[in-house]
Amino acid sequence: MSSRNVFAGLTVDGVSKTFRNAKKSVHVLRDVSLKVEAGSIACIVGKSGCGKSTLLRVIAGLETDYDGTVTLSGSVLRGPGRDRGVVFQEPRLLPWLSVEGNIAFALQGLTPFEKRRRVLRYLKKVGLTKSARSYPHQLSGGMAQRVAIARGLVNQPKVLLLDEPFGALDALTRIQMQQETLRLWEALRPTMVMVTHDIDEAIFLGDQVIVMSAGPKTIRKKLSVTLPRPRDRNSPEFAALRREILAEFFVDA
Amino acid sequence: MKGRRSPVFAKISSLVLYVFLPFALLALWQGLFALGVVRPLLLPPPTRIAAAFAELLGNGDLLRHLGISMLRVCEGFLAAAALGIGLGIALGLSRTLEKSLDLVIQLMKPIPPIAWVPLTILWFGIGEESKVFIIFLGAFFPILMNTIDGIRQTDVRFVEVARVFETSRWRFVSRVVLPGALPSIMTGLRFGMMVAWMCVVAAELVAASSGIGFLIMDARQMMQTDQVFVGMITIGATGKLLDVVLRKIERRLIAWKVEF
Repeated sequence: MSSRNVFAGLTVDGVSKTFRNAKKSVHVLRDVSLKVEAGSIACIVGKSGCGKSTLLRVIAGLETDYDGTVTLSGSVLRGPGRDRGVVFQEPRLLPWLSVEGNIAFALQGLTPFEKRRRVLRYLKKVGLTKSARSYPHQLSGGMAQRVAIARGLVNQPKVLLLDEPFGALDALTRIQMQQETLRLWEALRPTMVMVTHDIDEAIFLGDQVIVMSAGPKTIRKKLSVTLPRPRDRNSPEFAALRREILAEFFVDA
Repeated sequence: MKGRRSPVFAKISSLVLYVFLPFALLALWQGLFALGVVRPLLLPPPTRIAAAFAELLGNGDLLRHLGISMLRVCEGFLAAAALGIGLGIALGLSRTLEKSLDLVIQLMKPIPPIAWVPLTILWFGIGEESKVFIIFLGAFFPILMNTIDGIRQTDVRFVEVARVFETSRWRFVSRVVLPGALPSIMTGLRFGMMVAWMCVVAAELVAASSGIGFLIMDARQMMQTDQVFVGMITIGATGKLLDVVLRKIERRLIAWKVEF
């Protein structure tokens, strides 16, 4: 927190969103508020259809028609911007660009030399230096998503937004990716907001876990996770948190 | 490729499969002649056509006419490609522009290029311009429509990626829209080339004193059926060859596309 009393992190304040058509209107988000400290990780969990991805799209600026405000380092966000990096569910790499080209795609207004240096630095951080000249169809799912993460980080955004980034990966690769994400976060310390349906993933990574419900599409519970990292998925404390979150899902069942 | 079969063997067997039918037809054709079933004037045997082919090749007529037709096709096709792709990009990107031109395009498109022949003779005479114009008209619409289609089919997910990273308009078009539309544009070019090739022959059949279409028409008037066949086979072979070349270019440009 700065001396001028501006919150350096991300805040979502009273955000609601409604899809309207001629016949009816559907609430996709109802009065969602949350606060993510700068440099911390927030994980949003919930069943499919609870609006968690919509919330992330609101923060990313991809949804513009909503009530409430989203602020980053004190300024109100309207529309997309390079102060936020986004990693989508699917890697969404441009198939006609090399790995290098895909990461460079996120950069604007740098000299070619500086651009290349930056791209290589982030490729190294995700451990894919050797694949710089490969094309997306030559990569495994995990590798492709690592490229997407490098692309999300290469602008050095204040916040990295991840929308179920490991949902399509197999269980082992997913755990490996979680560990790598943690390693990256420790090295670069970006603020991170990750949407997931994997409760273990949320507890393993998050400083706070935000549980959203599908009934009224809003936040049901916020838990802060204070266990030291790296967290042991088999520890009693981890298990207790898992039980507490799981319980939330079956209240309204 | 399955098993331990040698790749050479596989290559040969696939080649045999590819050329078996044409050769079988040729044999049947020659057989009909040997049995005296058909009149050589109506259907000359392959051997006689081969002789006519050698003669036309020898005296330089075939290559001269083919060269003239090819030149016309190149001129008309290149003009159609430049204008079709250019206008297609503009229309694909701007709804307003497309809306304002749509009716004209939809009305012009169904008019067969051949229907333009009488008018072009009035306008340009029977010189080169009239043929090039007919070819241009024939190739233009497939190229234009496929370019517009390709641009319209830009993947929304990639549009979002570009929005998220605040990609500039120019970069968005050059890195996202155009590469994505390229397969469709190439389809349009290949189809346009085919139409161009068909148009040149048709135009030359009607009004010309040179070119492969003229060669056919001239031979018919002289009752040299074997030369008619030489002309027709040359058209088929050249069309196939042009498509092979464009396909090669396409493969190279769209190497990123995983084939199945």
